Amino acid sequence: MTSAPVIAAERFTTAIRSENLCRHYRMGETLIRAVDGVSLDVPSGEFVALLGSSGSGKSSILNLIAGLDRPTSGSVIVQDRDLAKLSREELAKYRLHVVGMVFQSFNLIPSMTLAENVELPLRFAEVERGRRESLAREALERVGLKARMSHRPSELSGGEQQRAALARALINRPKLLLADEPTGNLDSHTGTEIMEMLRAFNQELGMTVVMVTHERVLAERYAQRMIFLADGKLIDDRPNSPSAFGSSRLGGQS
Amino acid sequence: MKFPDLTELALRNLRESMLRNSLTTMGISVGVASLVAMLSLGTGLQQLFSRRLEKSGLFDTIFVTSRREMRGMGRAEERNGPNPGESRLLDEPARLEMQSLANVSEVYPDIRFSTELRFEDKPHLTMLSAMPSSARSNDAFDGMQGRFFSSDDAAEVILQKAFAEELLGKTPPLGAPEPSVADLAKPLLGKELIMHYAQRGAATPPPTLGIDAAGNKDTDVAGASYSVISREQRLTIVGISDLDPESMRGPLRARVFLPLKFAENLHVVQLTDLREITRAPNSQPAYSSVSVRVKDPSKIQGVEDAIKQMGFHTFSILDASHSLQQVFRVLYAFLGIFGSLALAVASIGIVNTLVMAILERRREIGIMKAIGASDSDVRKLFFAEAGAMGILGGIVGVLLGWAIGQIINFGTNVWLKSQSIPPEHFWAVPLWLVVFAIGFAFLVSLFSGLYPAGRAARLDPVQALRYE
Repeated sequence: MTSAPVIAAERFTTAIRSENLCRHYRMGETLIRAVDGVSLDVPSGEFVALLGSSGSGKSSILNLIAGLDRPTSGSVIVQDRDLAKLSREELAKYRLHVVGMVFQSFNLIPSMTLAENVELPLRFAEVERGRRESLAREALERVGLKARMSHRPSELSGGEQQRAALARALINRPKLLLADEPTGNLDSHTGTEIMEMLRAFNQELGMTVVMVTHERVLAERYAQRMIFLADGKLIDDRPNSPSAFGSSRLGGQS
Repeated sequence: MKFPDLTELALRNLRESMLRNSLTTMGISVGVASLVAMLSLGTGLQQLFSRRLEKSGLFDTIFVTSRREMRGMGRAEERNGPNPGESRLLDEPARLEMQSLANVSEVYPDIRFSTELRFEDKPHLTMLSAMPSSARSNDAFDGMQGRFFSSDDAAEVILQKAFAEELLGKTPPLGAPEPSVADLAKPLLGKELIMHYAQRGAATPPPTLGIDAAGNKDTDVAGASYSVISREQRLTIVGISDLDPESMRGPLRARVFLPLKFAENLHVVQLTDLREITRAPNSQPAYSSVSVRVKDPSKIQGVEDAIKQMGFHTFSILDASHSLQQVFRVLYAFLGIFGSLALAVASIGIVNTLVMAILERRREIGIMKAIGASDSDVRKLFFAEAGAMGILGGIVGVLLGWAIGQIINFGTNVWLKSQSIPPEHFWAVPLWLVVFAIGFAFLVSLFSGLYPAGRAARLDPVQALRYE
């Protein structure tokens, strides 16, 4: 766990900056402007919620930040890396070391046990086996799944799967945690559990969190800033004071 | 990704769709098996031929003839070499000189002559040939009934099967089942033959042709004279061999065999005696050919060259085996191409399986990319899967091919036995073939993995993750 002054210092540096970011693609004859000229700055350590209805372009922005997709024009700079200028190989390295991702549908590999799923990024990072196993155990312990290490994802509940996905996202100690509707497939109780974990990572580990959601209540409870999107454009960007440590379970209905 | 991780993940993925991957691997196995079966048949046949050649005692034998013998006409050396008329005489001093060459174990004259043999008062005209006692180990006598000569100068003969049939008046009509050697041997072994032959004697009567009268000088040529005496000799039949004289070369090309020493002491008039009478001193005969046995077949080339240097014409199985090897090279290519066809078909199976796997594991590939797998990680993973299928298929295929070979070998030998032909081992899976087959299957699989692996590596993670 990082000490307070370091977190404070990181808060003032920029984690993500996008300038006139565009992502257009063709679907038959029509040009779809999934992201259309979005400029924003996210300081290190911030918990940001990207809000909007489906098709508003929030997931597309997340994919651009994650380095899974490339902008049509404009730039997205994460931790001083201009993602548009990275090679495919460098982008893979970036995804491996800088970003952790969680998805609505968990995206665990069904043929692998939890421990294997969690240590998979370490295989790509060519971490040696013994260290890989201890790191995976540690990460699973953090999300409370130590007892389930050798289970396959299909043997677990949705909440447990998402916790395993979180453990996997954390295993390489990324600076940036990107969450795409992390509670979308969960009931409100387990959804809250996951959100509490996201908040803990944000506050205790100083990770910058960008969460895509269409549930405003959830965003209001956890995010420090809410960015509203519609038709690929940024329509509102406002700070938010998250409610105190998730004691209440009002929001987060799925 | 590191190699052990790659293999581990690849094997895990193969296990996941067990049935499909087993079937694909099976396809490779069948391809490899056919390749192994084909090539081991080729190798086995070659080994069988080589074994035959080696055992026939011909592999370490050089046939030496005088250049005056018109054998091998048309060869380059014959056309460009020295005038045959001036060539050296193949006589006893020449034989002794060859005997003294390095790596030569024995040199014996080939005594072959045609004469009359009487059996139960019926005359039979046939070709006889002398065999050295070293021919005992010759596999030409493997199927022999009776025994080999008791000594090198015993008055004994071994008959060719065909001649035995002739003696018994049993020459079968064409197409009829041949009588077995054992049946032929029973009434003949131990019986006596009477041989009539022309003996070359000392020149007791003076030359009757008036050479001097013609005014020619009295040179040593005049001394070249001998008498020819008609003789009779009793011979005991000790063995009947079942070999086919037409397929053999050298001294084996005869219907009746005599021990060498015995034959030499008969001093039978040879054709060369007449031809070389103007050159040879009367006391010693000129040989039509001699056989030189070399201590080690690998030294044959050197000895052959040395004898050529002496001015004689040579022929060895080595010359024949060169062309045999050529034939086998072509056979190998043919068998290899046919064997590889099945493997080529199997490789299409690999492509198919891996392309299917991409469709099926689209999401998985997307996930791996999202959490940091590079294009090359994904590519290597698919290559590893293809390679693993190749190696597994190769190993199973080699075993399968070996088993097929054993079964065919067994079946053929059962059939050979029913035809009372001795069993043969015409199937060989040498180590190089095992290594080659597995390696080839591996390479073919990697090649098949090229397209699927490239396609998987280029997969767009956003697309891959979009749909459930």
